[in-house]
Amino acid sequence: MAAIETLVPPAKVAAAGAGSPVTVEARDVNVYYGEKQALKQVDLDVRRHEVTALIGPSGCGKSTFLRCINRMNDVIEGCRVTGRISLDGEDIYDSDLDVVALRARVGMVFQKPNPFPKSVYDNVAYGPRIHGMAANRGELDEIVANSLERAGLLKEVRDRLNDPGTGLSGGQQQRLCIARAIAVNPEVILMDEPCSALDPIATARIEELIDEIRANYTIVIVTHSMQQAARVSQRTAFFHLGELVEAGDTPEIFTSPRDRRTHGYITGRFG
Amino acid sequence: MPNVTFLVATLLLATVAFVIGRRRAVEVGGPRRRDLHSLPSYYGLYVALWCGIPALAVGALWMMFEPGIVDSLVLDALPAGMVPADPHQVSFLQTAIRRLANAAVIPSDADPALIAAAAHYNSLQQTASLALAAVLLAVGIVGLVWARSHISPAMRARNRVEKLIMIALFVCSCLSVLTTIAIVLSLIFESIRFFQAVPITDFLFGLEWSPQTAMRADQVGSSGAFGAVPLFLGTALITAISIVVAVPIGLFVAIYLADYASPRARAVVKPLLEILAGIPTVVFGFFAALTVAPFLRGLGGSIGLDVASESALAAGVVMGIMIVPFVSSLSDDVMNAVPQSLRDGSAALGATKSETIRQVVVPAALPGIVGGVLLAVSRAIGETMIVVMAAGLAANLTVNPLEAVTTVTVQIATLLVGDQEFDSPKTLAAFALGLLLFCVTLVLNLVALHVVRKYREKYD
Repeated sequence: MAAIETLVPPAKVAAAGAGSPVTVEARDVNVYYGEKQALKQVDLDVRRHEVTALIGPSGCGKSTFLRCINRMNDVIEGCRVTGRISLDGEDIYDSDLDVVALRARVGMVFQKPNPFPKSVYDNVAYGPRIHGMAANRGELDEIVANSLERAGLLKEVRDRLNDPGTGLSGGQQQRLCIARAIAVNPEVILMDEPCSALDPIATARIEELIDEIRANYTIVIVTHSMQQAARVSQRTAFFHLGELVEAGDTPEIFTSPRDRRTHGYITGRFG
Repeated sequence: MPNVTFLVATLLLATVAFVIGRRRAVEVGGPRRRDLHSLPSYYGLYVALWCGIPALAVGALWMMFEPGIVDSLVLDALPAGMVPADPHQVSFLQTAIRRLANAAVIPSDADPALIAAAAHYNSLQQTASLALAAVLLAVGIVGLVWARSHISPAMRARNRVEKLIMIALFVCSCLSVLTTIAIVLSLIFESIRFFQAVPITDFLFGLEWSPQTAMRADQVGSSGAFGAVPLFLGTALITAISIVVAVPIGLFVAIYLADYASPRARAVVKPLLEILAGIPTVVFGFFAALTVAPFLRGLGGSIGLDVASESALAAGVVMGIMIVPFVSSLSDDVMNAVPQSLRDGSAALGATKSETIRQVVVPAALPGIVGGVLLAVSRAIGETMIVVMAAGLAANLTVNPLEAVTTVTVQIATLLVGDQEFDSPKTLAAFALGLLLFCVTLVLNLVALHVVRKYREKYD
C-alpha cells in the first residue's frame, strides 16, 4: 500500500476539498446496447472545477458513461439510456433538449488525436464558426489564439497556423484537439483516454495541461493508467462490469478503498 | 481446329510430365520424404512447366510465321507468269488459292494452275502440321527430360516454381500492355495516312465536318470537309450537360448513402443504383430518343422555346442519369473512408450532421470525389449509343443545348458502319478522330489520377 501512497502528491490531497458544487449529476443510469446492458444503476456526482477520473478494466463501462454525458451514444445504433443525468440541474435526456447545443457545453477529447484535415487555425476556429461565436475575423483570431494559448500550444504553432493540423506530432495534435474543445467555451470537458496514443513526454505535457485548465473547466477523464488517475484527478470512480463499484476522493480510493474489487484493481491483482 | 488440338496435346504432355516429375521426386526422396527440399508435387510442377512452357512458346511462334512461309512457298511454285507485281493483286491471288484449298467442291471453271496451287497449299499445310507436331513433341520431351534429370533432394523446386510462376505472370501483364501499344500504334499509322490526304491543321481547326467524299468526279454534294471542331464542341456540350446532371445527383446520393441512410435503406438503394449502372446504353439511348427528347420538345414548346426533336439536352440529361452511379458509388466509397473519428470530433463540438458533412467529410473526401467525377467524364466522352439515338448526326457548330449536335464517337461509328473502302479519307478520318479522342481521355485520366494522388488525405 505504501507504493500507492507515493503516487499521490500531498498537494492534490489538499486540493480535493469537498465543498465544490455538483455540475453533472447521474442517477440510476442504465445503458443498453441492444440486449446487452453496459451500465447498471450508476449514481455519480461530478464536481465543478475538479478532475474526476473514471478507472476500471476494459469493457467496464467507463467510456460508455463518459459518452452519456454529451449524448454521443445517441449515434450508436441500438443504444438506449435510462435514468437521469443532469447538467447544472437540467436533465440532458429531456426530449426538449437541443443535443447540438448540449455538445457545445460539454466538449470531448478522444482517445486518438483526431484533428480535421484542415489548417491548425481552422481546426480551432471550427467550433466558434459553427456557433457564430465571433462577430468578425479579429474576434475569431483572438478566440483561436486564446484557446491555443490555454492548450499550451500557441508557442509551438504560432508560425504554423496555416499548416495542416494533421502534420503536427501526436502530442501536439492532442493538444490541438483540446484547444479545439476549449474554443467553444464548454463547461465540462470529457476526455476518453487522451494519452493512450502518446509517448510519456507528451503524456506528461497533457497531464500538466489538465491540471492547469481545471481552474476553468470541469473535467471527466477516462484512463487506464492508475498513476495518471492518481496524478491528475481529485476524485476517482472505479467501474467494474458495468457497475460503479466505488467513487470518492482520489487519495482515499488509492489508499483505503472500501471495496475488495477496487483494492484488487489498484494493486494490480486483476483487470 | 488443328491449333486447339496442339494446345490440348501440349497440356496432356505437361500433365504426363507432372506425373513423371512427381514420381521421380518420390523415388529420389527415398522412404523418408523429409530429405526432399519441397513437396513432391512441386517437382512435378517444375517438370511440367519446363515441358509445357517452351512447347507453347515454340507453338505460338510457329503459328505466327507458318502462314507467311506456306504462302510464299505456294507462290514460288506457281508458273512464272502468274505472280503479279502489285502486292494487292498478290493478296487477291493468295485469297483465291486459299478459298480453293478449303472449298468442298472445286468449281469447274477454276484455273487449273490455281487448282494445282491449292493442292500444293493443302499438302504444305499437312506437312506443316506434322512438322509442328514433331517439333512440339521434341521440345516438350527435351524440356521434360532436362528438368527430370535435375531432380535431386537438394533442388529447391518450390522456389524455382515460384520464379517460373512470376515469369508467367509477368508475361501476362506484358500482353495487356502490348495490346494497348498495338492499338495506339494502329491508330497512329492509320491517322498518318489520313493526314497525308487531309492537312492536320484542317482537321484540328476546321469548323466544318462533312465527311462524304465524291467517289466519282460528277457526284454532287460531297465536298469532304474534315474539321473536327464541331464534333469536339458537340462532345464537350453533351458531356457538360451530363456532368451538370450527374454531379449534384450523384453527390447527394452518396451523401445520403454514406451518412443518412439507415442500413436497411442502404441495402435497398445501393443495389438499385447498381442496376442503373447495369442498364445497357442502348436502352438508355432509346429511352432518351423516344421518351425524354419528345418530352423536352413538348416542354419547350409549351414555354415558347424551339427544341429540336433530337437535342443535345435530351442526350446529355440521359447520359447524366447513366453516369450517376459512377459518381455516387466512387464518392460513397471515399466518404465512407473518412474516419468515423472525424465525424465524432465534429459532432462533439456541437456540429449538426449536415454541418459535419459540408465542413469535414466532403472536404476530406474531395480529391476522391473529383477523381470519380473525372472518370465519369471520360466515360461520358466515350459514350456513343445515347448520342446516336438522341442527339442526331448533324455536325452543327453550336453551344445551344436545344439543337441537334453530334459527337466524336458517333461520327466514328457512322464512318465505319457498313461496307467501306479502307483507303479513302472518309474511313481513315475515323482513326484520326479515335486518336484525338484517345489523347483527350488519356489526359483526363492522368489529371484524375494526379488529383487523387496529390490531394489524398492522410488521416492518420
